[in-house]
Amino acid sequence: MAQGFLDAWALVFSFDVDLYEIIFLSLRVTISAVIIAALIGLPLGAWLAVNRFYLRRYVIAVLNALMGLPPVVVGLFVYMLLSRSGPLGGFGLLFSPGAMIIAQVIIITPLIASLSHQTIRDLWAEYHDLLISMNTTRAQRIMALLWDGRRALLTATLAGLGRAIGEVGAIMIVGGNIEHSTRVLTTAIALETGKGNFAFAMGLGLVLIALAIIINLMIHMIGKTERAGTW
Amino acid sequence: MVSILPLKLTAATAHMRGKRLVGPVDFTLGSGGMTLVIGPNGAGKTTLLRLMHGLQRCSGGALIWAVPDVEARQSQAFVFQAPIMMRRRVIDSLAYPLRLRGMAKRAARGRAQECAQRFGLEDLLSSWAPMLSGGEKQKLSLARALIVEPEVLFLDEPCANLDGSATREIEAILLAAKAAGTRIVMSTHDMGQAKRLADDVIFMHKGLMHETGVAAEFFATPLTPEARAFIKGDIVE
Ligand SMILES: Nc1ncnc2c1ncn2[C@@H]1O[C@H](COP(=O)(O)OP(=O)(O)O)[C@@H](O)[C@H]1O
Ligand SMILES: [Mg+2]
Repeated sequence: MAQGFLDAWALVFSFDVDLYEIIFLSLRVTISAVIIAALIGLPLGAWLAVNRFYLRRYVIAVLNALMGLPPVVVGLFVYMLLSRSGPLGGFGLLFSPGAMIIAQVIIITPLIASLSHQTIRDLWAEYHDLLISMNTTRAQRIMALLWDGRRALLTATLAGLGRAIGEVGAIMIVGGNIEHSTRVLTTAIALETGKGNFAFAMGLGLVLIALAIIINLMIHMIGKTERAGTW
Repeated sequence: MVSILPLKLTAATAHMRGKRLVGPVDFTLGSGGMTLVIGPNGAGKTTLLRLMHGLQRCSGGALIWAVPDVEARQSQAFVFQAPIMMRRRVIDSLAYPLRLRGMAKRAARGRAQECAQRFGLEDLLSSWAPMLSGGEKQKLSLARALIVEPEVLFLDEPCANLDGSATREIEAILLAAKAAGTRIVMSTHDMGQAKRLADDVIFMHKGLMHETGVAAEFFATPLTPEARAFIKGDIVE
């Protein structure tokens, strides 16, 4: 165990090409997915918070339910969509990073939308009278809420990042864990552990843990700047 | 610039979930001076101000400014009992209403700086607005309302949670604004404040304008037993 741990450290700092390829792909897939999910989820959350319409409650309930979707099932769903005989089979995306990004987007968009909805809703309750009194247009209101809620919205986005980077089930199904192509941190760990290649698996695990810690530290620091009002 | 006054209320009424909160009220708000809205808790002071400003829907009767509503809205400002602080620095909070009117960021910040000086907020310009003390918050609210030079300023018990010195500062600012031509309509539950500031009085009771008139006359010879009791400091039911 201790030896495996030391080997893992050595591997991380040996700048092993395979290892860094895997890390790089993980980041590329996850960050792409988070950017897309944020572009969908943040405006959706803001829109749900500021607009009153007939089915709003149900949309929010569905959103919250989607947050709890088992990633494996999302993987299965995306697999069926993208498989050769599926409705989107023509794009040939299955077992590519694109498929992994699609699955990640489906998994984390509800999370980002739901968290940003709560944030914007609370801020809107606070600002409502003031912004109405100041005769703001709807666009000005949404801008003010997004801007003043930016820390919480960034936190919501980072929460999405945290969820995406550690996800394995869906990625495995739609990506296929193909070496030099769709192998990412989580799927590689699963594979190397299965093969008994503990040092490599642990090296990957250390990197994954480091990334998770960095994300959470960022969330924590954003919370602090909010209270201190530094930006 | 065309005046948005007078404001005419004819049988104006405000309901909330079927319950009558205020009205029917008949009243004309003319130009000039400071009108104090007084009355016991729950009498409808807040609702009346919100109704006039357009934050509360007029559910019956009519409320008509001298100009179309869209124009009238641009020349009013409202200061809330509990200050609403945007999550911004003081300078950006002050610049915000100017930015809304299309002023460039630099110009707006410049004006905000001048304004802060006038209100004694210059040392707080880079402070985070939600972290200010109660008195500072209310001063900022007032500065933010006055920076757009509204013709009519509504204030809902702005000094309710403030100590004596903060209250004195706010009153000085209000008197200066009045001297500069701002029409002020303000509610208070503080009889002393009403006597210090009022040119006219609206005495609210059970959602109605129970008695209105020139302040000196109202305080000297109130016409209704409820107003008499309220001025004396008795409990009015
Ligand atoms: N949002 C609301 N929903 C229902 N009733 C309200 C609401 N706001 C105020 N009221 C009621 O309207 C009446 C007048 O309230 P308000 O205008 O706040 O009085 P004041 O400011 O003189 O204390 C009170 O009976 C109060 O309970
Ligand atoms: Mg009130």
